[in-house]
Amino acid sequence: MAKRERRIIGFLCNWCSYGGADTAGVSRLQYPTDLRVLRVPCSGRVNPLLVVKAFAEGADGVLVSGCHPGDCHYVEGNYYARRRLELLKRLLPFMGIEPGRFEYTWVSSSEGQRWQKVATEFTEEIHRLGPFEGWEEEGDR
Amino acid sequence: MIDRLREAVREKLQELDLVIGYGEGYDPLHATPVFIQKPEEVDRLIWNPLCVHNLATYLYELRGKRVGVVVKGCDSRSVLQLLNEGLIKREEIYIFGIPCDGVIDLRKVAQKVDIYRVKEVSWQKDAFTAKTDRGEVSLGLEEVLQDKCRGCPYPTPVIHDFLAKDPVKPKGEGEGLLEQVSELEELSPQERLAYWRKELERCIRCYACRNACPLCVCQDFCAAEARDPHWIPLRDRVKEKWMWQMLHVLHLAGRCTGCGECERACPMGIPLLRIRAKVNKELKELFDYEAGVKEGVRPPLLTYQVSEPKIEERQW
Repeated sequence: MAKRERRIIGFLCNWCSYGGADTAGVSRLQYPTDLRVLRVPCSGRVNPLLVVKAFAEGADGVLVSGCHPGDCHYVEGNYYARRRLELLKRLLPFMGIEPGRFEYTWVSSSEGQRWQKVATEFTEEIHRLGPFEGWEEEGDR
Repeated sequence: MIDRLREAVREKLQELDLVIGYGEGYDPLHATPVFIQKPEEVDRLIWNPLCVHNLATYLYELRGKRVGVVVKGCDSRSVLQLLNEGLIKREEIYIFGIPCDGVIDLRKVAQKVDIYRVKEVSWQKDAFTAKTDRGEVSLGLEEVLQDKCRGCPYPTPVIHDFLAKDPVKPKGEGEGLLEQVSELEELSPQERLAYWRKELERCIRCYACRNACPLCVCQDFCAAEARDPHWIPLRDRVKEKWMWQMLHVLHLAGRCTGCGECERACPMGIPLLRIRAKVNKELKELFDYEAGVKEGVRPPLLTYQVSEPKIEERQW
């Protein structure tokens, strides 16, 4: 693991994926540490602009994870999220962010293993894509 | 045709506070919006392929007044979208519809003739002649039409109280804009990033695209200028410009009718419409939705289905 870490932002729903990550931790499941977790009250809280802003500020990847459709703590938040995030996923590559740098998925709080799988695979993909250097300009450093 | 329009406006003006239409601009190649309040001003109204503006932009600001508005097919979609969102009231507006054969892109004209030297313009059936002090240039309408007009699906206003001439048949399914989109989709991700970096670098963040947009109704309360949350720093790097365009396009998702006022208003000539066209294309594919074509439809991002037939989620 000599590789340099990538900056990956994870927006996790408090009621499921955040618990899922916790379950993974309690079960001592190993996964890469590149992903930095931001706890949100619901995947429906994730304004697509939060993802856009993350990329504008130099994130290499962004993952949004919420409750499985049908299991939303607020009944319908993730249904709205699904539509918005799907549109965003189709728009970002058009605007210059490589496909694969943004993903969304569903992980429940009992699915520690699924969280391990998602976090590991997503991190590996971002490492394959390398750092996102789209905004570097002369005089940036 | 223009006589019928003027006559209808003159008649309706008695019940209205004002009528917004097109008049002659500061030179023969520019039309300008005119605001008619008195019957003797009605003769200022004109109609030709230079009437590019989307006059629906004024409606939200003028709410509370009885307003008549002259619209082309594409502009009428903005009116309908504003109505669908409850931003204007149907009983407060009167819509003079003009079935349209396409309007001119002055940027295309500027490639063929020095538009600041044009002294006179005369119209033929499928062409027009621009007279300058250095001679005459004749241009076919087809070659200088705006891209949105090629394959225009709604040349006849979708909502109107008066129609100035016989309806025009749809010309296609928006091929002009779809070509703009697929042109970019064919590039590699790196090329696309380079493309947007090159184009957006010119942006001066004057927000003309926002101010010209008929559906950008927040104006002074725009999230782009808010300090809390401070979405976009004031610095002028490409990423801030990119962020602004993303903000604009995401706030318009499911609302934008593709009228192209953003791109037309842009003083730096940035191809903004193709971003909106891309979103509109995806929304059509995903939710079978087009903004401003049917009455009483909810924008797709303000609703959901328990199972989404078109969304294929990634399986891990």
